[in-house]
Amino acid sequence: MPRLRLTGRTLWITALIVPPLAVMATFVAYPIGSALAYAFYDWQGLQRGEFVGLQNFYNVLFTEPFASWTQRAFMHNIIVFFSLMVIQNGTGFILAYALWRELPGAAFHRVAVFLPVVLSTVIIGFLWKLFFHPIFGPVNQIFRGVGLDFLAQPWLGQSSTALGSLIFVNAWAWIGFPTLVFLAGMQRIPTELLDAARMETDSEWVLIKKIVWPLVAPSATVVFILLFIGSFNWFELPYIMVGLDGSPFGSTDVLGLYFYRTAFGNQSAGVQDFGNGSALAVLIFLFIAVVAAFWTVRLRKREIQL
Amino acid sequence: MKKYLVRSAALLGAVSMALPAFAQELSFWSWRQEDREQYEQFIADFEADNPDITISLETIEPQNYNTILSTALAGDSGPDIMMVRAYGAFETVAEAGYLMPLDEETVPGLADMPKPALEAETLRSDGKIYAVPFASQTMLVIYNKDIFDQLGLEEPETWDELLEVSQAIEDAGMYAFANGTGTAWQNETIVSALGSSIIGEDFYNDLMAGETDFTDPRFVEALEALVEISEYFPDGFTGLDYASAQQLFASGMAGMFAGGSFEIANFMSQNPDLDLGVFPAPVKEEGDQHLVGLFFDGGYAGNAQTEHPEAVQKFLSYLASQEFGQQFANSLGNISPIPGVEFEDPLLQEVAELNQNSIPYIMLVHFRYQEPSGSVLIQSEVQEMLAGGKTPEEAAQAVTEGIATYYEPFQQ
Repeated sequence: MPRLRLTGRTLWITALIVPPLAVMATFVAYPIGSALAYAFYDWQGLQRGEFVGLQNFYNVLFTEPFASWTQRAFMHNIIVFFSLMVIQNGTGFILAYALWRELPGAAFHRVAVFLPVVLSTVIIGFLWKLFFHPIFGPVNQIFRGVGLDFLAQPWLGQSSTALGSLIFVNAWAWIGFPTLVFLAGMQRIPTELLDAARMETDSEWVLIKKIVWPLVAPSATVVFILLFIGSFNWFELPYIMVGLDGSPFGSTDVLGLYFYRTAFGNQSAGVQDFGNGSALAVLIFLFIAVVAAFWTVRLRKREIQL
Repeated sequence: MKKYLVRSAALLGAVSMALPAFAQELSFWSWRQEDREQYEQFIADFEADNPDITISLETIEPQNYNTILSTALAGDSGPDIMMVRAYGAFETVAEAGYLMPLDEETVPGLADMPKPALEAETLRSDGKIYAVPFASQTMLVIYNKDIFDQLGLEEPETWDELLEVSQAIEDAGMYAFANGTGTAWQNETIVSALGSSIIGEDFYNDLMAGETDFTDPRFVEALEALVEISEYFPDGFTGLDYASAQQLFASGMAGMFAGGSFEIANFMSQNPDLDLGVFPAPVKEEGDQHLVGLFFDGGYAGNAQTEHPEAVQKFLSYLASQEFGQQFANSLGNISPIPGVEFEDPLLQEVAELNQNSIPYIMLVHFRYQEPSGSVLIQSEVQEMLAGGKTPEEAAQAVTEGIATYYEPFQQ
């Protein structure tokens, strides 16, 4: 009786799909949906006030000083994204290539490069905060020790260097990830292809440009998109190293910090505003979702199937 | 089966109805993780006198306390009794109607509390008190007496004397001040700790009367003084965070720390050998009044939805009693606002005396109700000013403009 079998099968599939769907709905879809709803109301502390339409969005985008804070945070996210794209993903690709070509000590370096990725962000943040300490920090101690006193700066305390220092730490910690993904991509390239290419040219550069780079395109897509999402959701590292205010005077303020401070209030400075905070969250979410989706489609087209 | 269900439901109902009569269990939330032991003791004292009430204490990380509390209250899983903050951060919780209104009848201790303390826990919209205030904090300068004695220095009274003292400590190879501006809120504390006497009571009164704003020369002068004294902060102080600044002072490497009286207990626990003294912000001209900055930290509130309102009121009354205030002062080293409390510790006694001449810690007390709060503004503006990015006038201007977006008296 095929019909009964089919029902059993349907039941079975339903039983398997419903629990994860329910979890997704409760813990992902519902919070996003409710944040969306919150954004359209006025909030007095925790009390939901009246429906205000797009007022909260207008506040964070066009009223001063929120507008310039939003802009400033957004600009910083863009800087973070492009810097990390070059430093983290660029260097990651070069490292992956070096590891793939099995330069001396590759086995050791494979582990060494990936090691910081395993560390918790909290540990990395505290560690580097100590390293950058203006008085006792090893970074400044070393500079003073080798006579480069002018380089002994309060790295996290001046607007010119604070964001750069955070970007550096992030790259230090995460470089192993793009490296690993690129390396995996490179290892999938069939040796016949490479052997054939080697018969044509001796140049490593041509090899990279014509063979390796096009064939690791799927890895590049993954790494780029994840970096994009990560850069615009950037929160833990700045929170631990410079605090919720994006100290000093907002030079390291990013959308994640700005959203958190607005929605939940900064204990030592501000009040909480769920309305504006939710509006920010919705804007961040929409921006990331739209750009990431668009970009994924674009990058996918570029990929070559082996 | 059905019978069984009915029976067990009936049993459950009976138990839940009978329970309150046997023991009233109250939950109590606090953000003072470091004071857990002392609070357990306070609770034990209370339970000894009230055997029918048991209280379980839960401590929560301070940075996220308000968020966690707010979420719990909104989800009907809040505690029966809780610490709440003061002023703006208090209002965000109180305004939603989750807290039990208190008065002198339910909590007799409130009758004698000083007015500014009660105001910190009063909702401006309905004028009702929602929490028993627990500690006042004073902004002043804490100094290391050993270093002062060793160098033959005296507590500076005037700004010039402060500069001399600072120079002398620096000449002796130590840091004059341990303060750093890397942590944003430290920029607000130093304005009050070092500048209150220059800012002065007249400015404060004019400000409250809506007759002046922060571009007033009296306020700008305090900012200028701050720029001047920051010469004596450690090298690279813009990158020195709060915890490091505390360590510098606690380890005896620096002579002075401009900050809150809440630091004293902290310093003493880090280094019990420290011999500390305090002095109020120095004055510009001899003969001017010495002032400290004063605010109230928070209070104990009851949950409006609690199942045991009377037990909650009983416990709150205990927390408002002189007996508790005395314990609180002695074991936690904090200044209780409850009248008649005597301080064993001479340093606390001195702080309590300095409190007689004070102006409020302005931004927290009056401008932390709406964004951009005065605190947010002054923290980032002073941080930028001390880093050399802005002049005191520009900083004062920016603070005023930020507040003017919602505060009418500044809009003219």
